[in-house]
Amino acid sequence: MKYRDEYRTPDAARGYADTIARITTRPWTLMEVCGGQTHAIVRFGIDQLLPETISLIHGPGCPVCVTPIAYIDKALEIAGLPGVILCTFGDMLRVPGTHSDLSAARARGADIRVVYSPLEALTVARENPGDEVVFFAVGFETTAPANAMAVYQAERAGLENFSVLVSQVLVPPAIRALLDRPGNQVQGFLAAGHVCTITGYEAYEPIAREHGVPIVVTGFEPLDILEGVYRCVRQLEKGESCVENQYSRAVRRPGNAMAQHVMQAVFQMVPRQWRGMGDIPASGLGVSLAYRSFDAEARFGTVNGEAETQGECLSGAVLRGEIRPDQCPAFGTRCTPERPLGVTMVSEEGACAAYYRYRRPAGG
Amino acid sequence: MAHGGGGRAMAQLLDDIFRPAFDNAWLAQQHDGAVVDMPGAMAFTTDSYVVRPLFFPGSDIGTMAVHGTVNDLAMCGARPQYLSAGFILEEGLPLATLCRVVDSMAAAAVEAGVQIVTGDLKVVERGKADGVYINTAGVGKVVAPKPVEPARVQAGDRILLSGDLGRHGVAVMTAREKLELESAIESDCASVVQPVLALLEEGIDVRCLRDLTRGGLASALVEVSESAGLAAEIREVDIPVREDVSAFCELLGLDPLHVANEGRFITIVAEQDVARATDILRQYPVSQGAVEIGHFVQGPAGLVTASSMIGASRVIDRLSGEQLPRIC
Repeated sequence: MKYRDEYRTPDAARGYADTIARITTRPWTLMEVCGGQTHAIVRFGIDQLLPETISLIHGPGCPVCVTPIAYIDKALEIAGLPGVILCTFGDMLRVPGTHSDLSAARARGADIRVVYSPLEALTVARENPGDEVVFFAVGFETTAPANAMAVYQAERAGLENFSVLVSQVLVPPAIRALLDRPGNQVQGFLAAGHVCTITGYEAYEPIAREHGVPIVVTGFEPLDILEGVYRCVRQLEKGESCVENQYSRAVRRPGNAMAQHVMQAVFQMVPRQWRGMGDIPASGLGVSLAYRSFDAEARFGTVNGEAETQGECLSGAVLRGEIRPDQCPAFGTRCTPERPLGVTMVSEEGACAAYYRYRRPAGG
Repeated sequence: MAHGGGGRAMAQLLDDIFRPAFDNAWLAQQHDGAVVDMPGAMAFTTDSYVVRPLFFPGSDIGTMAVHGTVNDLAMCGARPQYLSAGFILEEGLPLATLCRVVDSMAAAAVEAGVQIVTGDLKVVERGKADGVYINTAGVGKVVAPKPVEPARVQAGDRILLSGDLGRHGVAVMTAREKLELESAIESDCASVVQPVLALLEEGIDVRCLRDLTRGGLASALVEVSESAGLAAEIREVDIPVREDVSAFCELLGLDPLHVANEGRFITIVAEQDVARATDILRQYPVSQGAVEIGHFVQGPAGLVTASSMIGASRVIDRLSGEQLPRIC
């Protein structure tokens, strides 16, 4: 398959791994900030090819995982109201709220529908004029333009029964927050290619400069990730810290202007709580005043952010890159995809789920 | 509702639709059950079919209801002979739709060489079902000289996959969600009875067979590996997945190894039988893409590992819950 198979060839992978080993003179710790990359690293065993001196740690890159529990609770509350159809992406169904999840609510009779794009939720609204249709708009910058476009089109079409419950988050503030944490170990970042397709990478340049960390915009195929690691290590070994674009076949420095335009029209930057990371200023998107009538929080009441109770689950430390999933005492024993303790095991993109699926200890 | 009441309307439905389609001597007796002759060991299985939509690219619920059950019998090393068919119909189902389903079942039964000899019909209120639910049970005569079961799998045995993966699951998903794809992906739904019987008739010592329905190849391998008390190693690069299926899975974050199939199976044989078994399988359209994908080894029961495309290894696990499309 063009644009895929050529990024999966074993010889080239081995070539990158050998080059990385050759130029590495001391240990380096790198973080990827995208669940898709985490998944690829573990699925293809990319970390197995790297020298032991390179540690890849998995950051808060799963949009499902970082969605605060208060939003899940709000979605459940809204879905439980009579005459409401809640539309959501499939992977939100099993994310635990305080007492339940959307999958269980659906089984109890709530009208919760899985959609593949926010524009499908608009169609549901058109086809059910007697119902309130709420789209649960979750994700990083990758999903924001399409979610914004749904609101924009609803406004143009005069759809009064459509609104969005927005839990959009932004990557650069999260990277800053990670770097500012005491005891941070991350020395370089693989930035998420898909995110940068939309936003470009200008916003990463001051972070790289001010914090002295290399940031490499990286794709999702094995060779993309290996090249991203190589470029990061090369900078670290030379004492450099700038932004490089490995994923140039999809990403341009300014990003996608049209996508940014619709995002900026419909959304505005807001402070956001992240699961496992706490409050991060200006790290989320909320509905702008001009489109407030499409904000589900305006119709159904605002989300009450509450402190998370972590219990036995260490998913917060996993999301912050402080531990690997298999370093959690509950991993693979008391915490499995069938009986998950935390969201990083629930979500397909979560680091714990990826480790459980592809890296479970023998017989575990 | 009258059609399910056991009265005249139901009798008329049976006479008009079911008996002509499934026409055979046992049905013609119009008895409460079928009296059949089954000397020797027999295999017996049942399955229920609740697919939505009823018709999807390449197949439909009626074809699945026959092929699914005859394939289960074949996986026991048996030649399928008789099926029962139980229908639960939703009130308001167009008779034309029912006729299409029944015709599909009849055609699938002919293809698989089985007779539908008894059945049942119920009608439930509108809104209580998705049009048609079908249960089929089947019996078949065991023709394998040795048991076909995971307990006979030994370290060193080879795993043959009968063809490409994932088409059924993707076809149903695209039809259900009305996803418009450039290329129409058709279900692989088919009877695998012929190649399985051929393997047995040619004297291949088939250790174990498993069809790759819900849970896909991954779940089947883990199950066999657990029951056999062995580990398994497969080579991801050797597993055929059509390009459009692969692209669809990439798009939605699905793993083709977990996607459902309705006409695919694995055959486990000793190393010395690999070449001959592969040749036999390739003589049949449904298994012409047969390929060896790995083998069993001494190791923890249930541990299935795959060498990845870039030469590293990963664990293959059962699917947890249902496959859900991810956000990005």
